[in-house]
Amino acid sequence: MANEKEVILSVKDLAVTFGSGRKAFTAVQDVNFDVYKGETFSLVGESGSGKTTIGRAIIRINPASKGEIHFKGKKISGKISKELDQWVVRNIQMVFQDPSASLNDRATIDYIVSEGLYNFHLYKDEEDRHRKISEAIESVGLLPEHLTRYPHEFSGGQRQRIGIARAMVMEPELLIADEPISALDVSIRAQVLNLLKEFQRKRDLTIVFVAHDLSVVRFISDRIAVIHKGRIVELAETEELFKHSLHPYTKSLLAAVPMPDPQIEKNKQLIVYDADQHDYSVDKPSFQEILPGHFIWANEAEMAEYRKQIEEQDRN
Amino acid sequence: MEEREVILSAKDVEVKFRVRDRILTAIRGISLDIYKGETIAIVGESGSGKSVFTKTFTGMLEVNGDITNGTIMFEGKDLTKLKKDKDWEGIRGKRISTVFQDPMTSLNPVRTIGYQISEVIVKHQKKSKAEAKQMAIELMKQVGIVNAENRYDDYPFQYSGGMRQRIVIAIALACRPDILICDEPTTALDVTIQAQILKLIKDLQKEYGFTTVYITHDLGVVANVADRVAVMYAGQIVEIGTAEEVFYKPAHPYTWALLSSLPQLGVKGEDLYAITGTPPSLYDKVIGDAFAPRNPYAMKIDFEEEPPMFKITDTHFAKTWLLDPRAPKAEPPKAIRNLHERLLEITDERGDYHG
Repeated sequence: MANEKEVILSVKDLAVTFGSGRKAFTAVQDVNFDVYKGETFSLVGESGSGKTTIGRAIIRINPASKGEIHFKGKKISGKISKELDQWVVRNIQMVFQDPSASLNDRATIDYIVSEGLYNFHLYKDEEDRHRKISEAIESVGLLPEHLTRYPHEFSGGQRQRIGIARAMVMEPELLIADEPISALDVSIRAQVLNLLKEFQRKRDLTIVFVAHDLSVVRFISDRIAVIHKGRIVELAETEELFKHSLHPYTKSLLAAVPMPDPQIEKNKQLIVYDADQHDYSVDKPSFQEILPGHFIWANEAEMAEYRKQIEEQDRN
Repeated sequence: MEEREVILSAKDVEVKFRVRDRILTAIRGISLDIYKGETIAIVGESGSGKSVFTKTFTGMLEVNGDITNGTIMFEGKDLTKLKKDKDWEGIRGKRISTVFQDPMTSLNPVRTIGYQISEVIVKHQKKSKAEAKQMAIELMKQVGIVNAENRYDDYPFQYSGGMRQRIVIAIALACRPDILICDEPTTALDVTIQAQILKLIKDLQKEYGFTTVYITHDLGVVANVADRVAVMYAGQIVEIGTAEEVFYKPAHPYTWALLSSLPQLGVKGEDLYAITGTPPSLYDKVIGDAFAPRNPYAMKIDFEEEPPMFKITDTHFAKTWLLDPRAPKAEPPKAIRNLHERLLEITDERGDYHG
C-alpha cells in the first residue's frame, strides 16, 4: 500500500543545531520520515521536544545542520538557488500557533492576505488579485467586506482563519500547521479543524500538523510521529500507533490524554516516563521498522521485548 | 443523598464592570452551594465569567468591577460586604487560596523559591523564620520537589514549568486553606505534566481535606477531577450536576454542543460538530436564553423569555426551556448519546487504547 503513494516530502537524518562551539545545542537529531501526497502527517511531542523546529526546518526558517530535506524530489535544505527558494516559499506554507502574534497589527486583512501574491507577482492585474483574495477569505468563512479591517477587530478563531487564508491563497501543495488550534477556545477549535480537512479534500493538500494534543492528532492524522527530546521515538499509522503503542514515552503520552468520561478518567493509571530506563551503553539504538510502516527508536534487546509486547497486545 | 455541609454559599450574585462609559454585566445572577470536601469544576469558554465568579470569593475583582447584587456566605460572613484589603486578611490566601494558570507570572522572578513559600507562612501563621523554612522545605517535598533542601534558594527561572506550578501549589497550601481555587492550573503545561499536577492536587486533597474549585475549559480535565460540574455560559450557570450526570445525561443544548465538539468523540473522515456564532455581548441586556442564537434546538420562547433552572434530579439542574413539560422532546446529538459506550470502543475501562 505504502509503495503506491507518492512521497512529497522526505526528511533524511535531519539535525538542527543552535549556537556553535561549546554553547551548541542540538534541538533535533536522527529525524527520518517521508510524507505522502494528500495525507496529514503529525509531529507530536511536548514543549521543547523539537517538533516546531522540524516544521521550521522544512520551510527553511531553521537551517539544517545535518541531513537533507527533499520536496517533490528536489533538495531544499542547505544552500539552494534563489529560484528554488522562491519555489519552496510558494509551495510550502505555514500556519502559526498564535494568531494574534503572527498577523501584522498595522496592516489590513487585504494586505496581509495579498502579501505573498505581491512578493511573487502571482496575479495578472488588480482585478485578478482582488478575485483571488476574496475567494481565499470566503473559503475560510469570512466575508470580502472584512478585507478592509485590521486584525484586532477579529476574534481569535477568525484571526486563525485569516492566517489560513493567507497561506492558502498561495495554493501551496504542503501546509505546515504549527499548533493551529491550541490558542483557541474549545468551541472554535472544531471549526478550524474542519476547515483544514475541507482544504485537504478539495485541493489534495498535504498537511504536516504539529501538536501536543494527541486527542486532536488522533482525529486529524493519517500517520503520527512521536518526538521526545529531539528524536522521533515512534512513527506509525494513527490506528496502528494507538493499537500497538510500544515506546514507553508514547505510552505515557497516550495515558495522559484526558478522556471526557468520568468513569474512565477516575480509573486511569498515570504512566510517568523516565528516559533513564533505557540502557544504551553497549547495545546502541537506531530507528527500526518493527511492523510494516511502524518505526521505533530502539536497540536490539528492546526490539525483542517490543515484539513480545505486540504478540500480547494482539492476544487481548 | 445525605445532607452535606455547605462551606460556601453564593446567592443571586451579579457582577458588573465599568468599561469606559459602558456597563458590562459579567455575572448575571449565579446561585451555587459548594460542599465541604468536594471537588467542583466550573466549565465554560473564555468570557463566560468563570474566573470572574470565583474571584468574588477572594475579593480579587479588578478595580472597575463590583458585586452589584447577591450574597456570598462563608463561615457566617457575607464576603460581598468586605471592601478593604484589611477586611480580606485572614480569608484571602489563608482560608481561600488560588492557584493561577500561568506559573511564570504568579511567582516573583527576583525572589528565591524558598523565600516566596516561607513569606506566606511567616505572615499568616506567625512563625519564626527558621520554623517557616523547615515548614517550607516540608511543603516542597510534599509537592514532589526532589532534593528540596538544596533547591530552597533557587530562583523561579531555574525551575521547569511543571515544577513552578508545584511551587505555586505549595504556596497556596502553606496556610492549610479550606478552599483551593484552581484557575486553569494545567493549561500552560504539557499533557504528561498536566496529568501529574492533577494527581498531585488530588493526593493533597485526600491528605488535607480541603475543598477544590476547578476552573477550566477542558472537559477531559473535568472528567478526571470533578465530583460535580457547573457549566457556565454568558455569565450564568446553565447546567449543574454530578460529573456522571453532566457527562452521561447532559440536558442543556450548550453542554451537548461542548461535548459534541470534542475531537475524542470525532469520527474520522466526518466533520467535527462545531458551534456556530459567538457568545452574546454582555454590554447589552440579554433577552431570553443567551445561547438561543447558536442553538439549533432553540424554540420561539428561547428568544423571548429567560428559562428558569429546571430540576432533573436532586443534584442535577439545567436552565433550558427544553425541560419544560410543554416543550417538544429533543434528543441530544448522536455523537454524545451513549458517550460511555462509545468511548469504551476506543479504550478499556482504565483508559488503555485497544485496536
